[in-house]
Formats: sequence, C-alpha cells, structure tokens
Amino acid sequence: MSINPIKKVTGKAVPILGDDIDTDRIIPARYLKCVTFDGIGEFAFYDERFDANGKPTNHPMNDPKYKDASIIISGNNFGCGSSREHAPQSIKRAGFSAIIAESFAEIFYGNSTTLGLVCVTMSRSDINELAEIVKSAPETVLEIDIEAENVRLAGKNYKCEIKPSTKKALLDGEYDSLGILLKNIDKVKELEKSLKYSFV
Amino acid sequence: MGKNLFQKVWDLHKVADLPGGRVQLFIGLHLIHEVTSPQAFAMIKEMGLKVAFPDRTFATCDHIIPTDDTKRPFQDPLAEEMMQALEKNTKEHGITFFGPESGYQGVVHIVGPELGLTQPGITVACGDSHTATHGAFGAIAFGIGTSQVRDVLATQTMALNTFKVRRVEVNGNLRPGVYAKDVILYLIRKLGVNGGIGYAYEFAGSTIEGLSMEGRMTICNMAIEGGARVGYINPDEKTYEYLKGKKYAPKSDRWDEMVAYWESIKSDKDAEYDDVVVFNAEDIEPMVTWGINPEQAIGISEKLPENNNPSFQEAYEYMKFTPGTSIKGTKIDVAFIGSCTNGRIEDLREAAKYLEGKKVAKHVKALAVPGSATVKAKAEAEGLDKIFIEAGFEWRNPGCSMCLAMNPDKLIGDQICASTSNRNFKGRQGSSSGRTILMSPAMVAAAAVTGEISDLREVFDIK
Ligand code: SF4
Repeated sequence: MSINPIKKVTGKAVPILGDDIDTDRIIPARYLKCVTFDGIGEFAFYDERFDANGKPTNHPMNDPKYKDASIIISGNNFGCGSSREHAPQSIKRAGFSAIIAESFAEIFYGNSTTLGLVCVTMSRSDINELAEIVKSAPETVLEIDIEAENVRLAGKNYKCEIKPSTKKALLDGEYDSLGILLKNIDKVKELEKSLKYSFV
Repeated sequence: MGKNLFQKVWDLHKVADLPGGRVQLFIGLHLIHEVTSPQAFAMIKEMGLKVAFPDRTFATCDHIIPTDDTKRPFQDPLAEEMMQALEKNTKEHGITFFGPESGYQGVVHIVGPELGLTQPGITVACGDSHTATHGAFGAIAFGIGTSQVRDVLATQTMALNTFKVRRVEVNGNLRPGVYAKDVILYLIRKLGVNGGIGYAYEFAGSTIEGLSMEGRMTICNMAIEGGARVGYINPDEKTYEYLKGKKYAPKSDRWDEMVAYWESIKSDKDAEYDDVVVFNAEDIEPMVTWGINPEQAIGISEKLPENNNPSFQEAYEYMKFTPGTSIKGTKIDVAFIGSCTNGRIEDLREAAKYLEGKKVAKHVKALAVPGSATVKAKAEAEGLDKIFIEAGFEWRNPGCSMCLAMNPDKLIGDQICASTSNRNFKGRQGSSSGRTILMSPAMVAAAAVTGEISDLREVFDIK
C-alpha cells in the first residue's frame, strides 16, 4: 500500500488561534452519526462557524479572505478530547492539508498522520508572528518543508518540528500504517500463540 | 533496575520494530462500538481483507442508543442505520455482539470489565478515547481512531510510538465526602490537560490502592483528560477478587496459572520511571469544574480563580461566571448521573444513599443512567431504582446518554448540568451553549437536591 510520499505542503493559511481546541469543537458529536466519512468536511468547526440560529459567526473559516486556505495555524494542545477520527477527516475533507500548532493531542496527531494530514509544531512566538503576517496578507503562500522541518513564507524561514517516525512515514509515503502492518502477519500469528490469554 | 508494568506488557506484545521508530504492537482485546467502527469495516471490505482474530473482538452499542424509548427501529434514522451497520458487520465477521437482547449491553468501558474480558497484563484497544479505563486492572489500553480500528480488525496490531511512563502517586486517607472522581479532577488540575502527552500514567500510592475497582476505573478513565493516552494501576488481590467468576475470566483450572502471570507483570519494586510525582490525599476536597476543560477545576470551597490568561477568559465568557466569586450556589438545570466515568453500581449506590428520603429541587431535571444492563439489573435488585424515582430522578436504560450529544438526551440552550461525566467541553452535552460542571455522583446528588452547586458535606451533614 505504498501511497504518494509527502515532502512539502504549499498553500495559504487561516489562523484559528486559541489553546485546547478539542475534537467536540472540530466536529460536534451529532455529525458523528454516519457510516461513512463522505461529506463530513462541511461540518468542520460547525458550532463555531454558525450560531444557534444557523447564522454564520465571525469565525476565520467564514471570512472570505481565507477562502482558499489549506493550512491551519493554531495554539497549544490542538485536537484534544475524543479519539474520533471524524475530526481530522473533517479537516482534511474541508480542504486542508496541514496544521501548524504549538502542540497536538496525541490521538489526534496519530489519526492525522495516518490520513496524510501533516501536523507540525512551532514555538508560540513564531506562531504568533506567522498569524500576524497571514492576517494582514492572507494571500501569503506558506511552504512547509517536511524534510528540512522548515516553514517558509514571505521570504523568511521558521523552524518547525515533526516527530521522527511521522517524518519518515510521510517522506516514504508509508503514513497509512496498514500496509506495513500486513507485511508482518506471520509474526503476528506467532506472537498470538505465545500469549497467556484468550477469550475462547 | 527493574521494569514497570507498562514496559513488561509492551515487550510481551511487541511484534516488530517499524521503520522510523514505531513499534507494531499486538492488541489482545479489541472492543468496538457503533460510532467508530462502520467506516473501518467498510475500509477492510474494500481491500478484500477479513477480521484477523474475530475471537479477540467484542462489540456493544452505547453512544447512539436512546435511554428511554429503545424500540426498533429507533426514532432517529441515523442512529438506526449505525445500529444496523454494527449488527451486520459483527454477524458477517463472526464477532460477538452484546446488543440490547443479550442482557449485557452498555457503555463499552463498563461492559468489558464486568464480563471479565478486561484482565491484567493484556493490551486493549477501542475506538474511544476513554479506553484507558481498562488500565484499572493492570491492562495497557489505548483509545484509537477509525483507521487504527481498521488496522486492528485487519491485523490485530497497530503502529505506535513508544511512551514514557510517569508514576503518579497519591498517599494517605481521603477525607469524608471525597471520592475517586475528586482525586482525578485534582490530579488533572495539578498536572494539566496536556501534561500527560507522550506519557502512560501509572497511578499508585496508598490512596489509589485503597480504592475499589470501581474507583480505580474512574481514575484511569480520565487519564486522557490529562493528556495521557494510557493510564493504569498495578493489579492486586482486589483485582483478582473482582475478576473471579466473571463470564470471560479464567476458569478455575487456569486460575492459578493466570494469577502467576498477573503477578509477573506488576511493576518491580525498583522499577524505573521517566518521571515521578507525589500528592497527598488530605489536600483534596470535593472538586467541581468551572470552565471548559477538565483542568479548570476547583475545590468546592475555593473561589473562582482570577487570571488574565486567554483560555480562562474564554471559559468565563462561555460559562457566564465571574472570577473571584464562589461557585457554590450556582443554580443548575439538569443533574446527570451516568457515563463510563461514574455509571457503575458503586456510583449509583453512593448517590442513592444520600438521595434516600430526599427530593430533587422542582426546577431540576434529573437523570440516573446505569452504565450497562448488568449495572441496571443489580441496581434494581437492590432497590436503588425506587430511591432514584422517589427522589424525582428519571431511571433510564443503559447508554452514554447525556455524556455526549449523540442520542436524544441533550441540554437545551445555556442550561447548566451537574454531571458525573468526564468532559466539560463547549457544546459537549448537545447544546452549543450548554454548560457542564463535572463532579462526583454524591456531589451531583447534593446539587440535585438543593437545585444549586453545593458542598455535599454541608447538604448531607458529612463530618
Ligand atoms: S459514556 Fe461518554 S466518555 Fe464514555 S464512552 Fe460514552 S460517550 Fe464516551
């Protein structure tokens, strides 16, 4: 299951700032009632983007100036909360290919990696600087270089970080784990026999 | 230097090192439910794969199931569709499904332990972030996303980065009116909602050892709210006593052999940890959350914190509370006792003990939702249902209910709910302006009776 390696992500960005943006905010639970992920992109950040009467709020994703953004800039502990893969799925299907944040919740980070949704971390001060640039010049194009762990925009370079195993998986195109897991299926069967417990 | 339980169990389940430093880990027990599994089944079907070890996979339904009218088809067609998908997928792949007719249905993290599926020294995965609950038995349990559910269905393994292990020790006697729920809210407040990222938490110390299995499950359940994907407690006699005679627990002919195994995976006395933190049980008082994440919690007698940091401001704006004031006396609209954190028999007993002979305040809607059919039957055999109903609670059927908004139980507008669940995120209980205040079941009982956030020690005269 070798998929396309991901070496770089290029695109405009939208700042969705704040800390601890949890998965209930990214995709409200009522939109988890589905048996496929099709169409889930529409509901990304739904309750933040629309008020109780369905009227659009001033959420950055509703702002026409960020219309074609494909990179999210956010704060600390992004994606905390539930293990729902619906969260990264909805972000990806809403047209995003990367998230730059100060830190990520672990399950969200893993779920995103499997989908090839690139998550990189950066210092708070650099994130604020990036967000300021993007706010005043939303047409600015960012380039995330995964190999170099670097974000380039407006002629400047910013250091970003990515977990070594994730970096390798993205660069090798093996971020969807199932392919590599299946290769070891004989070893899996052997290990199963060595376990002390079963439920039959 | 010795090894801790996490390292021992990890090593026993490690299939291979993967490129880039990840590890392929065998998952001994896979629990599935209706919300995160249908897409995973669709993915393996598309690839022409089968479930690798159907005997190691068990299913139940909890998130979407209504707790009042459970007649099929469900009134919500989307809920019905998800239920049917689970019925079909489990049948097609030969997976045991504990549906409502089985008599064992309930919240997945309550069902696993009470069937004896959850055992020491095993690895568990489930497409739900509160899977760490199973760690209360000395299992290593991971909450996973749908692609990983797919991986576990197809290979019974998943790719994981290694974890660091932090020993979180709590020592001493709990003060009267203080419960496991207060301990974990206290720990999250101290260690932060993201303090556990990259860590497995080993909960230890005399306070933790002194807790019942139910209390231990409450602690491990909320490890993820502190950022730790894995939380566990070393098994002991209490663990073995709980397991004895359970449906899937080892039978007498294998019992001694399994106890020997369970003893062997316990953390060594001289085990190494990446970090150790120590707390004192006597510093903990009944806790309540006041904000929009579980770290934003205070002892009931404290004032709401004054702090200019933006996340506090955001929380105050959402909760409509004023810094520097007391949270005691805040009027509530709804009282909810249930969920995988506090929907077990002991939780119901404790709340019922205080509710007996009392009445829920007139303006409060109160729900008691047993975590599973087994809990419900036990509670009814003990007459707890009558106590709840006489006090003015609605007595419901098992499910996740008002823990999250995927079934008909929801808050309306900016209602305030005193809740025994685990998340006070914005909108968590089904209204995008609904407000959740987390606390122990006995504290919810106190709030229900007075109609406002109260100190149970004053309400029920606990000294
Ligand atoms: S009770 Fe709540 S936290 Fe537990 S599994 Fe259900 S929805 Fe998740």
